[in-house]
Amino acid sequence: MEYCVDPSVLEGWRWLSCYLTTPKHFFFYYSFLTVFALLCITAPVVLLMGFAGAMARRSSFAPLRLFGVAYTSMVRGIPDVIFFLFVPIALDQLVEFLRHKIKCPEVVEPVFRGNEFIVCTAAKMPLQDAAPWVHQGWSFILAIIAFSIVFGAFAANTMYGALSAVPEEQLETARAYGFTDRQTFRRIHVPQMWTYALPGLSNLWMILIKATPLLFLLGIEDIVYWARELGGSKTGYFEYPHPDWRLWYFLALLVFYLLLTWLSGKVFGALNRKYSHHHFAERAVSPVQAGR
Amino acid sequence: MKNVTISILAAAFISSPLFAETVRLGTEGAYPPYNFVNDAGEIDGFEREVGDKLCELAELECTWVKNDWDSIIPNLVSGNYDVIIAGMSITDERDEVIDFTQDYFPPDPSSYMSMAGTKDDAVKGVVAAQVSTLQAGYVAESGATLVEFATPDETIAAVKSGEADAVLADDAFLRKYVEESNGELIFLGPQVNLGKGVGLGLRESDTELRDKLNAGIDAMKADGSLNALISKWFEGQTGY
Repeated sequence: MEYCVDPSVLEGWRWLSCYLTTPKHFFFYYSFLTVFALLCITAPVVLLMGFAGAMARRSSFAPLRLFGVAYTSMVRGIPDVIFFLFVPIALDQLVEFLRHKIKCPEVVEPVFRGNEFIVCTAAKMPLQDAAPWVHQGWSFILAIIAFSIVFGAFAANTMYGALSAVPEEQLETARAYGFTDRQTFRRIHVPQMWTYALPGLSNLWMILIKATPLLFLLGIEDIVYWARELGGSKTGYFEYPHPDWRLWYFLALLVFYLLLTWLSGKVFGALNRKYSHHHFAERAVSPVQAGR
Repeated sequence: MKNVTISILAAAFISSPLFAETVRLGTEGAYPPYNFVNDAGEIDGFEREVGDKLCELAELECTWVKNDWDSIIPNLVSGNYDVIIAGMSITDERDEVIDFTQDYFPPDPSSYMSMAGTKDDAVKGVVAAQVSTLQAGYVAESGATLVEFATPDETIAAVKSGEADAVLADDAFLRKYVEESNGELIFLGPQVNLGKGVGLGLRESDTELRDKLNAGIDAMKADGSLNALISKWFEGQTGY
């Protein structure tokens, strides 16, 4: 807006309208997209990893089963924050280390030198001269991987439990109708599993939403970063000086998260009603079930 | 907004000249007037100008990276960026882990700041300081109760909210807060001299880069341009 040219003479609403439309504030607004992007990418990956994890745990092939059990119990037993701090750093260094070995085999100096971690220029990930958004994108990918590993294990647990919760009689009935094991699994077991998994998964989605500020911990400029940065008191070095306004910015985040979880609760409530109705109808026809 | 879009596009599509080496400068972006993120969302301040000038003199292609203060040294040694330019004082402790160039800002005294009406013995009470700073180390040994905060801004907020009796920080950082507080905030007791001036932090193995930057600082000291920047950003400071 053209009246924003000299903020020092502005007052009241005009000042506020200019203040809230500074490029720095737009970084804040864009960072909400970062949160949505994280949720939209992580959720399907988590479902896939959860399904794979649950399948691994049910596998008749012992090493795979062991892997499934190890994965889920390891993530369950270690605090999330440790994982979020460990995975991105470890993965970043692993990738750079491998690239170093492949791209610069002629370098004889070790990668770990004292307290320094030095790979050749060609092995840097991303490359030294890559644009800033590439660097940010890379840390975002690392963050998504960390989120997926942690929440995938939780989902695997939920789905494993749900698969076991499907009444054996239903599967027996399917086999009695001549379904093969594969058909039973795909047409009866998995569709029925969702009914049992849904409450756990909706809970997981809520936890995932509430865990998104962990992005801030990973050095990604998310909504928490910008809220703190914009809210901090600003002296005359800034065009729009103001006292400590962190309270208002964090209040805005509070409302945002409350809205998001409230809306999610509505959606999952509807899904739950739809599927549990379906489920109880099926259970009602089974006298064995009814007698339990 | 248009400018931001253009600069992002420019950064994405203009490849660096063949001979210029890309150097990533890491700063905190929360320590005015040394470095801060201005209303345009860009790194600004004394160190922004010094850094850009040094890169120009050494014919380096430089990009700016923001990093939290408490992880600024670990992320340098693990190669996330190549230079720390964040108002970091040269100390023996830090020198064991990383390397420093010569100082580009002379030793600046540290001051205690508190709310008006606070008695002088508050410096022995609860004192706020930013984590991993010289000031935090000094407070811990001064007999006062140290409360540490991740960002400089939070140390000020702690004094205003009464969580801490006083804050100890670089005088140049606190000065603006005192000046603009209409007498609400005051300097307390005597100043303390800590540190040997502010230098650029580098990995110990990056000796070539260190020499280039040292030569740049020499040149800026010789032609007076460094002093000009110092007096521009720090009122009443004459520099070298």
